[in-house]
Order: sequence, then structure tokens, then C-alpha cells
Amino acid sequence: MTIDLQRDFFTLFGLARRFRIDETVLEAAYHELHGQVHPDRHAHLPETERRRALQWATRVNEGFRTLRSPLARARYLLELEGVDPGLATNTAMSGEFLMEQMEWREAVEEARSAGDVTELEQLHHRLRQHAREVFEVLERALDADHDLETAAETVRRLMFLEKLQHDIDDALEALET
Amino acid sequence: MALLQISEPGQSPEPHKHRLAAGIDLGTTNSLVATVRNGIAVCLPDEHGRTMLPSIVQYRADGDVVVGQSAAQAHTTDPKNTILSVKRFMGRGLKDVIHVEAMPYDFVDAEGMVRLRTVQGVRSPVEISAEILRVLGARAEASLGGPLTGVVITVPAYFDEAQRQATKDAAKLAGLNVLRLLNEPTAAAVAYGLDNASEGVYAVYDLGGGTFDLSILKLSRGIFEVLATSGDSALGGDDFDHRLFCWLLDKARIAPPSGEDARRLLMKAREAKELLSVCEEAPVRASLASGEEVSLIVTRDDFARMTEHLVRKTIAPMRKVLRDAGLSADEVKGVVMVGGATRMPHIQRAVADFFGQEPLTNLDPDKVVALGAAIQANILAGNRKDEEWLLLDVIPLSLGLETMGGLVEKVIPRNATLPIARAQEFTTFKDGQTAMAFHVVQGERELVADCRSLARFELRGIPPMAAGAARIRVTFQVDADGLLSVSAREMASGVETSVLVKPSYGLSDDEIADMLKEGIEHAEEDMGARALREQQVEADRVIEATEHALEVDGALLDDGERAKVEAALAALRELRGGVDHAAIRQGIAALGRATDEFAARRMDRSIRTALTGHKVSEIEV
Repeated sequence: MTIDLQRDFFTLFGLARRFRIDETVLEAAYHELHGQVHPDRHAHLPETERRRALQWATRVNEGFRTLRSPLARARYLLELEGVDPGLATNTAMSGEFLMEQMEWREAVEEARSAGDVTELEQLHHRLRQHAREVFEVLERALDADHDLETAAETVRRLMFLEKLQHDIDDALEALET
Repeated sequence: MALLQISEPGQSPEPHKHRLAAGIDLGTTNSLVATVRNGIAVCLPDEHGRTMLPSIVQYRADGDVVVGQSAAQAHTTDPKNTILSVKRFMGRGLKDVIHVEAMPYDFVDAEGMVRLRTVQGVRSPVEISAEILRVLGARAEASLGGPLTGVVITVPAYFDEAQRQATKDAAKLAGLNVLRLLNEPTAAAVAYGLDNASEGVYAVYDLGGGTFDLSILKLSRGIFEVLATSGDSALGGDDFDHRLFCWLLDKARIAPPSGEDARRLLMKAREAKELLSVCEEAPVRASLASGEEVSLIVTRDDFARMTEHLVRKTIAPMRKVLRDAGLSADEVKGVVMVGGATRMPHIQRAVADFFGQEPLTNLDPDKVVALGAAIQANILAGNRKDEEWLLLDVIPLSLGLETMGGLVEKVIPRNATLPIARAQEFTTFKDGQTAMAFHVVQGERELVADCRSLARFELRGIPPMAAGAARIRVTFQVDADGLLSVSAREMASGVETSVLVKPSYGLSDDEIADMLKEGIEHAEEDMGARALREQQVEADRVIEATEHALEVDGALLDDGERAKVEAALAALRELRGGVDHAAIRQGIAALGRATDEFAARRMDRSIRTALTGHKVSEIEV
């Protein structure tokens, strides 16, 4: 086994270090790596080797999870660039954005308290469409303009949207059970 | 643990020798064992040619333990000592067991897992399951002509940590080397996928005797990747029997029946259910102990109507699992049906309606799980290195840690691909604090009380620092079996502690050792002491957490509310000094009730804070 697991995830999966990636290449590399490191490949081996396989497979899974999710990938890219996209040091979000957020939240809350599953599902899809547009902004900032400040701000916006998406899903789940 | 030193398969003196391996489907109603022979997976029969072993264990007064068909015959005459569906009790406390009132057993609500008092003494579900595994292991060894290198045992995908650990413990007790715990739907997919050389997204609908699982898998070039899993570990064919049984009692106007009558009618209900899978109507005839005759006819429509709510209970997880996988129903290429209960026509109809296609039923739903397990066991034993396929499974329920105020901080989210490790940092909240307690829980809810408690441990020897200065990194590692180990480390000093999580609901290594040595009475004494210690620790934690909550968020309560909380707090402090663990537990529960509303308000506020974006988990590395 000749994989250096300390390498960054892009290198580990044989991808160029940029936001836009070819998902089929990522997936093929993921399967390729697991073909080597997955614990099932080592189940008949001694304890020490099994433990190592566990560590490797864990690292591969972490890398895949990070790169597959566009938001996690963007955060990771910023991290590699030494930019902390986290919220601890953030600048205030624009008033316009916060207003928009409140409107979304009100719509979700209304549908939730009315028990309107169809409306929640529509919100789910509309939000997904909206996030797609914001991701296009992010891609431009990271890959074309190399504007890390805009990228970090866009990441923060997307984190809000993701949280909102979770809340919609939770509301749907609560109504269905 | 050093009790069973089985030589490592990899260190076998003859590395090229074919290693004997088997797959075991340890089912609620029936269990099977299968192996790969000449490249083909087959279920192994007993000496009468029967492959299915009823999961029934009878403890006889003469000291014999009887498993399977012979025990089934005793289940109307000796119900108390004849244990059916023991899988429902694995890793479960008495309060988690459904339909307790309809069961003829003498339950002992032991700390942790429920136990059953039999004519041969008190037995844990782990021991009872071990009896079944022992029979299947012996069957495989007799059939294969040598000792088994290892086995793959299947578990419902939705089994939590405690249930998985209990299953693995049962295998240990039975003297079996477990190569892997494999999720039942994944095993079924292996059997189907290899058979049909399929590619694409598949759903596996697995309704067994006592558990319901639903998994979405992506098959591509020999990779079986589980995208999401959902289910209900307390819903199965047994519940349909029980519904029909209640209907019979109602129709025949039978007052609460005797244990023996109940057994007889339940058996009749099951027979009628099975008959309805092939006929439009089924007669039910039984003579009761009183001499009274029961004679009724149940139609498919009657049955569908009375069990409609049970079928509906399987639909919600279908929606959820698709959402988790980010897919819609029409993106699913095929639906695999697993488990005898999926023979019911109205189940098949409901699934077909939901996915808009007829489900696949070309493999025997009773055998498909065991066959898949055998195929995987053969690979894991190292017999087929050339094989290129791989199973990537997920964790069914989130894992987290308790934080202040009884809230759960999720560390590992559900449906994360295994193996997985995640670290989270915590800090001390008091000046000079030298120890920190951790409480590991599993589940999706936000309150600790609504999740399953898995383990508690402490990190000691933290050098005294100002509050908030220590950086304690807690790492969760979940292996490919879905079993968790946790370690905690103070980053500045390097003080470290680690535990392989043995759930509070499971058995300790010591307990297993004692069972192996038949020293069960002694173990119970130890358990009493442990129970007290656990309750004291819990009481301390709850007291401290409540005090802290009052200090920080006391403004959320009016004077009257606050007085009530303080009274419960004082009562618990008093009980904490005593030695009665049951009383302490009650005191904890009482305080829990008194702070319920307070906790809800605190939670509400923390959620609102989270919405503004200041949530710790979102700033993790």
C-alpha cells in the first residue's frame, strides 16, 4: 500500500485543488481507495493490520464526505488557503440577506404549524433551487476570481441555507411520524 | 478480552487452505445458517432437512435446553420457560419492550437489559440468543466437517449500538468468532445484486418477525454503497399476528385468556395470516381450555383493514430514507423484498404503490439474508482475494454527547459511511476542575432523555486551570460493525482516557466472563453496587447541571416555578447521600419532571440562538 494518508484530500483523491470537481472522478477514486483500505479487505489479518485499515478507511471516508458536499468542499478549500470561514470571526450578514432569511423562516413556520406537507415539500425544492444559484456565485469566487473574501461570505450564507433546509426536513419528519 | 483466544485467521499455519465460514441470520421468528459451497451460497439444513430453525429456546426443569422445532411444541404447554422472539429483548430495558402484558414470561427488570426468570434461573437475552447461535454453529461445523474460522451475523440495519453489542456478546458466549456484523438489507442486496448483476439505485424493504428496515443502496461496478437507512426496530410480522389475535378475542368475545389459551390463539392467528397470503379467506378454529370452541372466518379485507395502521407505519420511513438519500421514488430502479412478512399481499401492494413498480420477489425472502451473509463471510475469511466487490455501510442513528441542560451535541450524524471518526472539543466550566464526565447517547432527538444512553465515562487528572482554559478533545470512532469506541484527551497536558463503549444497556466483559463460568449470582451483587454508583454519578451530574441551568437561565422561570425546581433539587441531594439506587433514580426522574418545562424553554432559546448562526457544531474543523 503506497498511499500517503497525510496528504490533503484533493491530492488523496487525485483531484486538482479547485471548487469545481468531476464527481465521477471523485467517486471512482473513492471506490479505488476503499478497494485497498476498507476493513473488509483486511478482516482475515491480524489485529494491528485491521486497526491500520480502520484508520485508513476512516480517513478516506472523511475525505469523500468533505469533497462530495459542495459546502464542505468550499470550507475545506478556504481552510487550505488559511481562511477561516467560520462564524466566530464573521462580519455581520447583510440586512437584505437577513430579511430574506426571516421570510423563509416565516413561510416554513407557517407551513409547519398548519401541518401542510405539500407546502413544506415545495419550500424544500425552492430552497434547493435557490442554493444552486448561490453555489454558482461561490464557484465564480473560488475558481475564476480567487476572491476569498466573497467566497467566505458566500459560504456563510450557504450555511444559513443549509440550516434552513435541515429545519424543513425536520418539520416534514415530525409531521410524518 | 482474553477469554476466548481464537487464533487469528491470518496467522493460520496453512494460509492457502480453504477457511470454513458461515453466514447466520439470527431472526426474530426463525434463524438460518448458510455457507458458500463450490462458489454457490446455500442454506444448511438440519438432520431432518429443515433449513429454518425457529428462534425458540426452552429451558426444561431437568436442566436440558431445547432449541427450535422441539421447543416450539412446548410453547403452549410450558410458556413461561419457552422463549419466543428473544431478539425483541436484545439490548432493551423492560420499558422498551412492547406488548409486555401479552407475554407469559417472568420478566426481571435488571439494570440495563431486561432478563427472564426461567426454571433454570434468570437468563439474559444474550444468553438465550447464544443458545440459538450455538445450535446453528454446530450445524455448520457438522455439515462442513471442521471448525469455523468465523461467521458473519446479520442484524437489522436499524439496530442501535446496544443491540449490536448484545448480538456480538451472544456470539462470544456461543464460542463463535464474528468476522462482521452485517446489516440485513445489505446482506439481501448482496444476494440479489450478485445474482442479477444489477447496477443502479435499489431499495430494500425488510419486514421481519420483529423488526422493520429500509435501506437505499447504490450498486455500481461491484460496490454496494448504502446511501441511507431507516426503520423501526420494534415493528414486524409479530405485530400483525398480535392485531389478528386481538381481533379474534374481540370477535369471539373472550375475556382476557389464560396463558395457554393466549398461546394457542396467537398460533392460530399466525397460521391464518400465513394462509391469507395465498387464499382470500382463512378459517380459525380452536378449542379453549374451558372446552369452549372458537370458529371464525377472516378475510383478506378484514385483515388488511385491521392492520392498515401497521402498514402505514412502514411508509413514513420510506419517505424519510429517500429524503436522506436525496432521491425521489421514481429514481429507484428496483425494490427488493426481504422477510417472511413481505409475503402479505397488502404489504406488497402498499410498496408497489409507493415506488410505482412491482417489487422483486424472485429470491426466497426467508433465505436471502442468510445467503448474502454467507457470501460475505466467505470473502472476509480470506477465501476469495480476487473478488472486487465491497460493502460500504452506514450508521443508522446519530451518536452524540450530553451537554449542559440535558441537550445532545451530535458528534456523528446518522447515515455517515462507516468506518468514521469525529472529534469535538469541550472545555471545563469551573476553575480548577480536574475531571470531566461524559455521557454518550444515540438517537435523533435533541433531549438526552429521549435518546438511548450508551455509556458514561470520566476524564481525570486534568491539570487545574481557569474555567474554559482546558481543551478536551473527545474522539468517536465507529468501526465497520457499527460499534463505537470513545477517547478523550486534554490537549495541553496530554492526559488521556479511552473506553470501548460497552453500553449501559448491554453487558460488561466481566458479566460475560461470569456467565461463561456460570457464576451468575455473584455478578448480580456486583451489579447492585454498580447500579448505586451509576445512580450517584447520575444524581451528581443532574444536580450540577440543574444548578448551572438555574444560575445561567434562572430568569426564564417565575418564582413559583423556581421554587418547585429547587424543592426537587433539595430532595435529590438528600437521596444522593443514601444507598438506595432505586430511590435515587426516582429522585432523578422527579427532578427531570420538575425541570421539563424549564429545559424546553432553554432548548427553545438555544435553538433560536442557533438560528442566528452561533452554533458550536457549525464551527467545527
